[in-house]
Order: sequence, then C-alpha cells, then structure tokens
Amino acid sequence: MAEPLVIDVKGMHYSPLNKMIRKAVATGVKEIVLNNVLGQRFIGNGVRGDAKIIVNGVPGGDLGMFMSGPECEVFGNAEHAPGNTMDQGSLIIHGSAGDAVAHSMRGGKVFVEGNIGYRGGIHMKEYEGKRPILVVGGTSHAFLGEYMAGGLILVLGIGNEPAVQDRGIGSGIHGGEIIIRGDVDDKLLGVGAKKVEFTDDDLIRLTPVIEDFCGRFDIDPKPFLDTNYSRIIPASARPFAGKYTWE
Amino acid sequence: MSLGSVPLKYKISIDRDQCMKCMRCVDNCSYGVYRVEDDKILIDSRKCTACHRCISMCPRDAISLQERPVDYRSHPVWTVEAREDVINQARTGKIILSGMGNAVDYPIIFDRLLLDACQVTNPSIDPLREPMELRTYIGKKPSKLEFTKNNGDIDLQTKLTPNLKLDTPIMVGHMSYGAISLPAQLSIAKAVKKTGTFMGTGEGGMHEAIYPYQDHSIVQIASGRFGVDIDYLERGAAIEIKVGQGAKPGIGGHLPGEKVCADVSCTRMIPLGSDAISPAPHHDIYSIEDLAQLVRSLKEATNWEKPVFVKIAAVHNVAAIAAGIAKSSADAVVIDGFKGGTGAAPKVFRDNVGLPIEAAIAAVDQKLNDQGIRNEVSIIASGGIRNSGDLAKSIALGADAVYIGTASLIALGCRVCGNCYRGLCPWGIATQRPELVSRIDSDVGAENIANLIHAWTLELSELMGAAGLNSIESLRGNRERLRGYMLDQGLLDVLKIEPMGV
Amino acid sequence: MCGIIGVIDRTMSRMDGSSIKEALSLMDERGSGEGAGYVAYGIYPDYADCYAIHVFFDNLLEPKTKVDAILEQWGRIVHQEEIPTYEQPRLKKEHISWRYFFKPYADQTVGTTNPDDDNVKHLVMDINANVEGALIFSSGKNLGVFKASGWPEDVANYFRIEDYKGYIWLAHNRYPTNTAGWWGGAHPFNLLDWSVVHNGEITSYGTNRRYVEGHGYECTMLTDTEVVAYLFDLLGREHGLPPEVVVKALAPPFWDEIDEMPEKDEEFMRTLRLTYGPALMNGPFAIVVATKDGIVAFTDRIKLRPLIVGENGPRLYISSEEAAIRTMDPDVEKIYMPRAGEPVIGRVIE
Repeated sequence: MAEPLVIDVKGMHYSPLNKMIRKAVATGVKEIVLNNVLGQRFIGNGVRGDAKIIVNGVPGGDLGMFMSGPECEVFGNAEHAPGNTMDQGSLIIHGSAGDAVAHSMRGGKVFVEGNIGYRGGIHMKEYEGKRPILVVGGTSHAFLGEYMAGGLILVLGIGNEPAVQDRGIGSGIHGGEIIIRGDVDDKLLGVGAKKVEFTDDDLIRLTPVIEDFCGRFDIDPKPFLDTNYSRIIPASARPFAGKYTWE
Repeated sequence: MSLGSVPLKYKISIDRDQCMKCMRCVDNCSYGVYRVEDDKILIDSRKCTACHRCISMCPRDAISLQERPVDYRSHPVWTVEAREDVINQARTGKIILSGMGNAVDYPIIFDRLLLDACQVTNPSIDPLREPMELRTYIGKKPSKLEFTKNNGDIDLQTKLTPNLKLDTPIMVGHMSYGAISLPAQLSIAKAVKKTGTFMGTGEGGMHEAIYPYQDHSIVQIASGRFGVDIDYLERGAAIEIKVGQGAKPGIGGHLPGEKVCADVSCTRMIPLGSDAISPAPHHDIYSIEDLAQLVRSLKEATNWEKPVFVKIAAVHNVAAIAAGIAKSSADAVVIDGFKGGTGAAPKVFRDNVGLPIEAAIAAVDQKLNDQGIRNEVSIIASGGIRNSGDLAKSIALGADAVYIGTASLIALGCRVCGNCYRGLCPWGIATQRPELVSRIDSDVGAENIANLIHAWTLELSELMGAAGLNSIESLRGNRERLRGYMLDQGLLDVLKIEPMGV
Repeated sequence: MCGIIGVIDRTMSRMDGSSIKEALSLMDERGSGEGAGYVAYGIYPDYADCYAIHVFFDNLLEPKTKVDAILEQWGRIVHQEEIPTYEQPRLKKEHISWRYFFKPYADQTVGTTNPDDDNVKHLVMDINANVEGALIFSSGKNLGVFKASGWPEDVANYFRIEDYKGYIWLAHNRYPTNTAGWWGGAHPFNLLDWSVVHNGEITSYGTNRRYVEGHGYECTMLTDTEVVAYLFDLLGREHGLPPEVVVKALAPPFWDEIDEMPEKDEEFMRTLRLTYGPALMNGPFAIVVATKDGIVAFTDRIKLRPLIVGENGPRLYISSEEAAIRTMDPDVEKIYMPRAGEPVIGRVIE
C-alpha cells in the first residue's frame, strides 16, 4: 500500500489545502494525513472517491460538505455543520461538534464521539438507497432532527442522564427516525414528533449501527444492545397539512 | 308637492329557471323583501339591506343582487349619498342614524404600511417547528425590578399587580347583550375561552348564561352604569371604564326600548321596554383626577384583584389623554379608532369625528415612551382591525393587543349591511326577536369565531417568524419593521416610520 | 456574519494584545475588512480614577474646540493626547483618534446615586448626538476601545495593541450589512464601563431602541449593537441587576419553560419578563459584554449564532470559533458550548 500523504497545514488557507487533497485523490492517494489543523474550513469539500483523510486538530466549519465517498476521521472537535449536505462516505469525529451537524445530509454516516450543538441532523433526508446516519455518543442540544425528512439519528447519551434534555426534538419531523437512549420526556418533543416503542425488531435493525459506532471509538457495545431506547418518528408525513385554506 | 322616491339602493332578482320555490328566501328575510302571492314569489327590492341572508340560504344560487341599479348624474362633489341624505333630512328634519363603522372612503393607513421580513443577515424562524411566543400580559408592569441580595441569592421585592394572561393578542371587544343577542354574545364567550383570550361584556351587565365564561370576560362600566353592581364587578376578569367609543366620540349611547326585552331588562337592571340611555360623559368624571378616583374606587371595591382598563375614543388629543390615564392606577388604555363599529351612531359622527387607530396607537405609544412609562401600562387598540396584517401592524406601531368587533360578527354571519339599529338583523346578531335570535347556534358560532382567532394567530406567527421574531414583545413598538407606502412626510413623522426603500 | 473573541484573567493578571490579534485574524473569514476593534481593561493604571474618553475627530479644529468646552464645563481634563497610531498600507485613516483623561465635577447632577457615571453618560450622549465631527467611542475608567474600518491585523497594528496590557480583552471582526463600514460602527461598543461585541442581528432593535430612548439614551451609531451597551447600563448599572439577571431579562426562558419552574423561580422569571419585556432581544446573536468586574456572554434564545467557551486556570475564553481560542491558548483545558440564552460569566477575583 502506498505511503500516506502527510501535510502540515499550520497557517495554511483552506483553498490551497483542498486543491492538494483533490489532486492527491485524483492521482490515487488513498490516505491523507493533515497535521496542525486549526480552523481551516471546508476540508474534504465535494471530494469524491474512497480516500481516507485524517485530520489532526480542530477543523473549521462545513467539514466534509458535499463530500461523496471518502472517510474523514478527526482527532479533535469539529465546528459548525460537519457533514453538511454530505452525500456518501463517513465523518468520524473523536470529539464534539458545533451546531447543525449533518445539516441536510443525504447519505453516508457522521459519528460524533462527544456532544453536538443545536439543530443536529436538521433536514436530513433519504431517497431510495441513500439513508444518512448520524450517531452521537454524548448528548445533543435543542432542536435535534428538526425538519428531519429521512435517515437515522441515534443518541447514546454516554455520560448523560437523561441522554437528551433540550427541547424541540424532531420539531417538524416528517420522515426518518430519532433513537435516543433511555426515556425522553414528552415535553421535549417538538411539533409533529411522536414517541413510539422501541422494539426487538428495531434493535435488530440498529445493532450493526451501534456496533459500528462503538467499534470506531473503542467502546464496548454490549451495554447498548438492549431495547432501552426511545424511538421518535413523524406524527405525519405532511406536517403542514391542515394549516392552509383556499382563497 | 312631492319629492317622490329616490332610486333603489339594491335590486333583487330571482332566476326563475333556477328557483325551486323552496321559500327559504321568504322565510329568512326579516325586512320583508319577499312575499308569496298565488304561488309566486314577489320581490320588494326597496326593503332590501343587502344583508345577503336570502342569497346565502338559497340552495340554487338563484338570487342576485345589484347595487345602485339606477344611475344618478355623476358628480364628484354632490355624491349620491350626499344628495340622498339631503332628501332624507328635508323630509324628516332628523339626525341620520347609521350602523357599523365609518363608511367614508378615507385612505386606510394600514393598507399603506408594509411589514418587513428577513433575508440573509438574519434567519426567518419557522413557527411550525420553533417556539413562537404570542403570550401577552395585559396590565400594569413595574418600572424596574426591586430586590434584595441575600448571600448571593436574589430575593424579589417587586410584587406584580394582577395582569390578564392572553394566549394571543386578539380579544373580542365590548358588544353588549342588548346591542347583540344572547347567542351571539355566548358564541363570543365560548370562543374566547377556547382560544385563551378575553371578551368585553359591553355596557349591559352580564347575563347568567355568560357566568361560566366570566373568567374570560372584561366587564364594562359606562356612563349609564347598566347592570353594574358589586357582583358584576367581581365576576369580571378585568373591569373596563368606557369613556368613549370610536364610532361616536363625544356622545353617549341609546338602546331603544323595543330592544329592551324581559331578559335584557333584567340583565341591565332597568324596566322592561324603557330606553336605555347612556349619557355622553360619566357624571362622576369631569376631569382626569375624577377618572383616577373612579379607577381607584373600582379597585377598592374589588380588593385590588382586577386590572382596570380605560377606553377612550381616538380623538385629536388622544396621546395626552392616554398619558393622563397611564398615570392613574389604570392598567391599560383602550384606544378605539374612528373605523370602529357600533350598533347605532349618528352618521355625521360615524363619518367625521375622531382619528384612525393607526395614528392614535403611534401617538399614544410615542407619548408614553417619551415619558419613560410605556411598558408600565398596556395599550389595547381597536377600531377597524380587519385581518392579521392589521393586527401585526397595530402591534408594531405600539399596541399590546387588539380588540376585534365587526370581524367577530362577520364570523357569525354579519355581512356589514349596517342596519343593526333596526333590531331586525336576519342573522340573529343585532336583534332580540326570538325567531331571529334562534338562528344562531352558539356552539357553531363559537367554532367560527375561534377559527378566525386561531387563523389570525397562525398568520401572526408566520409574519413574526418571517421577521425573525419569536416573541411578541419584540414586535411591539418595533417600527423599524414597518415602512410607509405613499404616505406623506407629516404622517410618517407621526407614525415614526421611514418610507419604503429607506 | 462577524467573529468575536474575548478573554478574562480572573486574577487580573494582564496580557498584552498580541495573542488576541492572532486569534481574531484567524477568523478573517468571518469579516469583510470593513471593521475590527479591540477593548482592553486595566490599560491605563496611571489614570485609573479618570474616565478615559476616546474620541474620533474629523479634525482638531471646530469639533475638538466644542468637545473641550463641554468637558471643561462638566469637569476637569486631567490629561489629553492623540492616541498613537502607525500607518498601515491597507487602512485608510478617516479620523484622528484622541483620548482625554477626565474627572467630572461632583455637583453637576442631582437625584442620582452615581452622579459621576450619569454625568459622563449624559455628555457622551450629548456630544455624539450634537457635535458634528466628534464621536466618543470609549468612556470608561482604566479601559480603552481601539477600532477602525479594516482587517483585524491592520487595525491592531494601526493602534499597536500589543503595547497595551489588560486583564480583559474583547475583540471583534465585522462584516457589516445594515450600515456601511464606518469607524464608529465597528465593535466593541462602549459606554462607561460597559463594552459589547456582537455577532448577528437584533431583529427587536426597534423595540429595544425605543425602550432605552424612553430612559434617556440616544442611539447615534446607526447600528443595532449599541443598544446592548445601553440595556446593560440601564438594567445593570441604573437598576442594579446582577449580570446573570440582566442576561435573563434580555434572553429569557420561554414561557412554557417558565411555567414549569418551581413557584418561586416562576414568579421571579415572570416578574422579570413582564418588567423588562421591551428589553427582550430577538434575532440571531452571540454577545460578549465586559465591565471592569468581569465578562458575560450569551446567545439568543434559540441559538442562531455560535459561541464556544474555553477555560485554562484563571483564564476564561469566549469565541465564535474554537480554533480562535486555541490560537490564543494552545493548552486550553476545557472547551464547551453553553446553552442558548445561558449566561457564561467570568468574574475577577479581587
């Protein structure tokens, strides 16, 4: 296997950096290691293929936006909207992330070991074979899965009891599902969201995702393989129905 | 000598091919337009008021109505109305009585105000999925928070005085039992309870059918003091002193004896069939300090547990008067603009006296703000609020909440024919005749009014969300979010808004 | 979009301005080169008991003569000088920056518990509203604002902020939309001890502005941020509310949350919200406010702007981006995101 491409990005602007990444991927490089990352935005933006990008440091906003295929692993916290409108591939974040994580994500997976900010998974959507997945190891702030139109959000709440305690979960949700470890207070549900029982069948479906996540962060998956979850789904696929009358 | 007749105001015709002679028109018209002779429906169009009752009840859409079927010679000064009023008064020598609100074609300021919305620099908020707060508290507010510090803890010293808690800044204004029917008032009462807001009882006491909704009622005390006793005052969630009314500033009211049926007489506590006359002023208020005294007297009587509002008509000096009211113990100032409705008002008052509510809100809000006391007293605006756009603009100009009147009656069927004072309302609203009153089912009426309040509330939420506001406090007096469209500089200065494009 | 960063050393150990310049420059992307500024507390120990009044003059003739006259009428000018500046190729000098060290006379105002502050507030309002060609942009004791139209590093180099040492620093990088990038419109905004940096837009500005104008303030900076300084002055100084309570007045919990609180808290929040309804701030914002005693940061109630907090021993950092904090302090120990409307407070330990 070829040597990874290692770049010290200290003080570098994101634009030449992304050019280097794109060029390397085009020439067949399979692994790129970015050291001393501090605030560079748009890393992996729109990159296709199956390369692996390792980010050491704190990347700036919109990490992996429009990314279609690669895996990007971050050793540090991510800022605003990692996985924004991401298409395929994966973001593995060994840390926490800011607001609007996985905004409008269309496919692939975003794993956040720590916590996420507000509006995580906002407007995630699925179509045919593409079903985006956002898994959060810690907790989430308010408006999780707001406007969600498809896909899966899973919050394990490690170190947090209850797993989520901010309002507006699934507010305006009209597709997809939000799975939260333990019970969720009904008053935290947003408009148009409803809580249903998490069944054994659900566990069977979720087991590969839980195991995948735990595997990436070296967590024992066993304590999470039970039905102690809350499943939040849309009360209706048409949250606006009934709001309008004809002139 | 004869002046002869004036041309028909409305002409009714029936499409005889469509008509199935179900006679619903005959049964429904309380003005006597239709009669049956030899199995034929005959029409007397001269009696028509354009109330639309027959049209709305016709199952075949067979009835049509034409306004002014006969032309006068057109003249820009001597309008048709001016000529007909002269003829009428030449015949009778009397004051012309009219119903509903101002019917002169003044420019409507609301229609020349444009609301703002967000783009780019701030996100609009979708009220479907994010919190949107319309809760409004009406009443006195402290000027500042008083507290003591106690080992890092804060102990609140300020005690709030009672406020009304509204789930939406839309209330239904004062329309008395007497002016309107009991099922009409009951519809309103049920609707405000359902929507978490309040209604005014008007100056006519409280019928016992309204008692179950008294926690959502604002009882009114006007110059006639009809139906007022300590029980009445204690029933209300708040008390309103009515000084004036936008439709007829400076004059009193008059409920004709024929509307004073047994039930009305007992609710108003006056003899059956006698006229109920409200004097022009309160004869215990000849000056501002007398008003303050009445406010305090009402508060004393009710153990300082009820907010007291003072309603005035929007007149030229409205701002100074409102400031005077604000300095009394009154909790809210109600300003009623000259487009406000009424059961009966002299036409010359209805059409010529007072100010539009838009200018009055702006002037009062500004005066109170200049004195640093705006937040300490609430402003309720009324008089010509037609839709949620008017509502949003009223609040942006500085109102805390609005009263609607005419709109709530339209929700009960009213078509604004303006003949309320005749007591023949075919919709069962402005009448006490049992056969007409029974046309309103208060459960259905309540549903309609509640729907209207709910729909406007939804629209207000959308407008606020579009403007990036999630709390009604942030719309109130936020004139930055209004622009004037074709308004002159003088009026822009009064409204304290910029013209569009600035 | 704008970038903000602030730091306090709670032991009042002073830092020079070099690292905050680096941190703010890292967020150049958030600005447009039309405005940047810094404020530092503790920079004028030699004149610690004087109000340090920073003024932008269009020229030193008529406007300055008028300002001198007003100041001399209201108090004594202990010292005055041009603020040293160093030309930067990318920065166009639009004003002469001047500073006065000023002591108001004690007997000028009646009916107030802090006459000195009220005197200075009054003359700041008066000069900014009425003296053409003069703008007071900083008026507190032992602190100073340095700001201009330009990129963060150019503004910092223009004023050479590494020459000042303060225990609190706030910095701001501006992307103006509502008003042109003029010097007065750059952040921080300051009145007396209050300094404000702000990212976002205050959609309730019209309401907030009317409220402060009803209480003796005049908005002259053509931008929404100054109203925050006045709200803090009114609620915090004049009404004496502690900063966390001011924040709860400006960004209160939602009614449904208040309704669920224990009775005593519910009554407190309801009373606070009703009392200060017109001070409630709406729209997307992240704000950091400083006084001589500390800093307080908060976001709007539904968190439409980013805000990150970092701590390292006595130092508390607040910024739009974590990377900026790490630029100032690579060894920062604790990084977290506060909740919407939740005040983050760093107080000096005397």
